[in-house]
Amino acid sequence: MVAGSALPSDAPAPATAKSVPQLGGTPNPSAAALQARFPTAVRSIGVVWGETTVIVDRGELLEVVQWLHDDASQRYDFLSDVTAVEFRDLELPIEVVWHLRSLPYRRFLRLKVLLEKGSPLEVPSVWSVYKAADWLERECYDMFGIRFTGHPDLRRLLMWEQYREGYPLRKDFPLRGRFSRSEQLRQALAANPEARYSKEELSIAQAFEDLPDDMRRRLSAGEKTGE
Amino acid sequence: MGLSRRPDPAITQLSSGGDPWTTTRLDFVVNWARANSLWPMPFGTACCAIEFMATAASRFDLARFGMERQSFSPRQADVLICAGRVPFKLAPVLRRIWQQMPQPKWCISMGSCASSGNGIFDNYAVVQGIDTIIPVDVYVPGCPPRPEGLLYGIMLLQKKVMNERSADKSLRNEMEPDPRSQLYIPAPMIDEVSEPFGNSVHQTRSGL
Repeated sequence: MVAGSALPSDAPAPATAKSVPQLGGTPNPSAAALQARFPTAVRSIGVVWGETTVIVDRGELLEVVQWLHDDASQRYDFLSDVTAVEFRDLELPIEVVWHLRSLPYRRFLRLKVLLEKGSPLEVPSVWSVYKAADWLERECYDMFGIRFTGHPDLRRLLMWEQYREGYPLRKDFPLRGRFSRSEQLRQALAANPEARYSKEELSIAQAFEDLPDDMRRRLSAGEKTGE
Repeated sequence: MGLSRRPDPAITQLSSGGDPWTTTRLDFVVNWARANSLWPMPFGTACCAIEFMATAASRFDLARFGMERQSFSPRQADVLICAGRVPFKLAPVLRRIWQQMPQPKWCISMGSCASSGNGIFDNYAVVQGIDTIIPVDVYVPGCPPRPEGLLYGIMLLQKKVMNERSADKSLRNEMEPDPRSQLYIPAPMIDEVSEPFGNSVHQTRSGL
């Protein structure tokens, strides 16, 4: 028993980095349920650092996520991340990763889809299930060039929309970019910093009816904000 | 900094009969007024902005140097203090803010990132020195510079302002960028000043 700790001496050890094995352990019960429900979609189940990773088939991803979200015994109501991993080894596929969290059951589940290097980098978008996927998928598309089919507005998020040098987090992308510094600066300065705050912007167009009268009038007259 | 007690050759005090009076040079008075009431426009993007806040707060107290009023609008500002790294996406914003500031105006590039890209940010996304976007008067080194460093840079700028001459109209010329490329210095010069130095030269350019 540690001095100053109120825990009894026979209490289970807290889950610290040393007490959790790097590989193996009990998988999340959702993984077995997923395998029973979608026997063809689940390719493998692994546990790393106490977190369960399920590799699923690309074609059935959307049904899997929908079921995890809707089913009363799962209720994965929070999508915390969408990202991708590319390895230096040319033979290894690119992995697209979804981090799901079930707040009612306190579970964490990691889904992966493997995309072979030669194949088109396309996966179904989970935007119809989680609205949080909107910007996460845009970022993933921006950095890795993975197209999320079904996403309503798949544009670049971090880099500007006219960025033409490629996808920065891919392994074949040079650290300093493909163009010379002056060309990069020329293209960056050519962008209009106010162009995106227009009525045509999707989110503003959706909220247009809720805006105050004067702002609605100004935006209808084609005024750009900021000037 | 009272006019009457300062032993400056630019000021002559005469008191022959009647009320005493003072002669001086117009340049001196104008520069003295400008140098001691610089209104900074903070353009903080990173940790340098934290040090700038410390400089402006009570312990270091930027107001001692006439920077009582922080101007958060470029239209009422004299000094643009660019504190932090500037990504390429922000480059047109910084250029626009500089163009919105009225003359006379000066620029302090605070910290290594704003001055040169800092080496560690020698990547696809960060401008290698804001002097490729806007003209810079004083560079403050440091990562981030301590408040004393920024204050020293501000005092250097005040010295620079004190040495200006109103007859030299070129000081107030706007540096017009080339309308086609929007660059105000030649492209080869930008490539040259953006070249990596030190160890970063030996890093691999292709990721594989």
